[in-house]
Amino acid sequence: MTQLDKHPGGEPVHGEGDGHDSHLPVADEPIANPGLPEHTWRPTDVDEDAAKRAERQVSTLFGLSAVFTVLFVVAYFAIEIGDSWDTFGGLGASTLALGMCLGIALILIGVGIIQWARKLMADHEIVEMRHPSRSSDEDRAATVEALNTGLEESGIARRPLIRRSLLGAVAILPLPAVIMLRDLGPTPGQVANAEEGTGLEHTLWGVRPEVRVVRDVIGTPIRPTDIEVGDLVNGIPDGLLDLEGVELQVAKAKAAVILVKMEPDDIKSSQGEDWIVDGVLCFSKICSHVGCPISLYERTTHHVLCPCHQSTFDLSDSAKVIFGPAGRPLPQLPLKLDDAGYLVAQSDFQQPVGPSYWSREK
Amino acid sequence: MRLINRSAGRISRHRRGPLAGLVVLLLALLLTGGAYSLLSPGATADEAAPDDEQIAAGRELFLVGCSFCHGQNGEGVLTASGTQYGPALTNVGAASVDFQVGTGRMPMVQPGQQAERKPPVYDQEQIDQLAAYVASLGTGPAVPDESAYTLPDDLTDDEREEAISRGGQVFLTNCTACHNYDGSGGAMPRGGYAPTIRGVPARYIYEALLTGPQQMPVFSEGNIPPQQKAELITYLQETAEQPNYGGFGLGSLGPVSEGLFAWVVGIGGLVGFAIWIAAHTTRTDRKKPAPGSEGGAQA
Repeated sequence: MTQLDKHPGGEPVHGEGDGHDSHLPVADEPIANPGLPEHTWRPTDVDEDAAKRAERQVSTLFGLSAVFTVLFVVAYFAIEIGDSWDTFGGLGASTLALGMCLGIALILIGVGIIQWARKLMADHEIVEMRHPSRSSDEDRAATVEALNTGLEESGIARRPLIRRSLLGAVAILPLPAVIMLRDLGPTPGQVANAEEGTGLEHTLWGVRPEVRVVRDVIGTPIRPTDIEVGDLVNGIPDGLLDLEGVELQVAKAKAAVILVKMEPDDIKSSQGEDWIVDGVLCFSKICSHVGCPISLYERTTHHVLCPCHQSTFDLSDSAKVIFGPAGRPLPQLPLKLDDAGYLVAQSDFQQPVGPSYWSREK
Repeated sequence: MRLINRSAGRISRHRRGPLAGLVVLLLALLLTGGAYSLLSPGATADEAAPDDEQIAAGRELFLVGCSFCHGQNGEGVLTASGTQYGPALTNVGAASVDFQVGTGRMPMVQPGQQAERKPPVYDQEQIDQLAAYVASLGTGPAVPDESAYTLPDDLTDDEREEAISRGGQVFLTNCTACHNYDGSGGAMPRGGYAPTIRGVPARYIYEALLTGPQQMPVFSEGNIPPQQKAELITYLQETAEQPNYGGFGLGSLGPVSEGLFAWVVGIGGLVGFAIWIAAHTTRTDRKKPAPGSEGGAQA
């Protein structure tokens, strides 16, 4: 590195174009330039046996690499995957063998090349002086002339009709890309339907009166006496598990709720009158920041934490945001009991669940 | 540049200083912690009692080991500022005692956000006595029987597989939010954490679900029915025996351990190769036999 900064071989450098210090008086040789120190050779440069040894080393590394490549192919066919995986030390044998073989094969080629370069490739120091980056005046003039000739010969300046129609054609070229955005599907406004619980503002809780809250996965309805103070129930609307595929995922992503039961004294406020049944509160499970499902509930503090961005909601105080980037409380689902004594929703959520969107009112 | 070269030259001499300091610090911490846990309350009671006097024996143990924080009758102790010093144990039941004391979380070494798992201080007989005493104070779940957390033996293979996959669904819905997709645990607010549930005996998992230790919510029998709890626990046991098909799991902690590995081993390896490529090769004083070859030295 430091060699490059020095002037080579006692030759003072002041180029014509360069040299911010060219106006300074420069003594020819204020201190004699010692030049590069004498080159010292590597053992492989002066000893033919050492060179042969290095050659064998490098070719062994390359040869080993080829062996591992072959082993990769062997492992690919020989090791069982699918219904009955072969295992090795508690790991999948196939994944382990394929990864190790390919990795070692690649690294051995790299190691071999480094060893080759260090031991055997040419070993002389090179000094390269800096050059001005500006092109010569002749080159610049020739370029401008070629450009002008092109303009002149194409006649783009003389024929405005061609020029303008070309500009217009290029300008509207992005239009198909914009039009194709329609293929992303109907807008949320077009599919909004309270009867079916579709769109951003409706969920399955509002498709009929008194939708029962059922346990997620298990699917059974819940009585308030089933659960104890401190319980956290992951709930879904009755009927959700009848859906399938994309419909199920879309409906669940909006309708999932968490139910918690608290001592009545612990409840500081609620989002509505008479929305709580025997200390059981029901909130949307979808974070109001960017819609992660949240159920990291602390029984002692009644705080629920979103793992994505650490928004924290106090369920005992209308689920208001006490920390993090969320802008709104989690919407609360109004609860009541049906005739059979099970928890049901009084109505759909009173505000859209999940993250903000442009046409949202609050 | 010179400074770096110089310190690199003396690295073997410099390295010993800071490392020795670290070792001394670690030893001092270990000694202090060891002495503290020896002297802390809890290690005193060793008296065994006949079964019919379990409650009386449990009360004695309780007065010695637990009453300082939980009150002489398990009524709990409030601090001057009104927060809990030790919560009331009047309605926690025997399952809670068996879990907290059996996993070593109680007695705590010191008050804090998290009661940490450690080797239990009491033996199982003493834990049973404590549990019997605390259960006599009020209501609360009893220690579950083994049949509660194992699937019945008369299931066919298909039924068993179905039950286990249903248990997996229950696990993914109710547990993974805090305990991570693999049950390896995760961070919670204010310095707390959800512990790993891998390698925890089935009985303690069942008791934790029933009682909601520390900040954990309760998953009572009315929340997740006993059958689903048994399926969930069997799922955990079943997946613990599965090999890691994808390679090393790095603790199944996701981006934390994987990122650390990439930084330390991945980037560290690249730095190592870069140093190797740029390092000076061995030189010799010998000259080339035939002078005037290409790339020779300049005068």
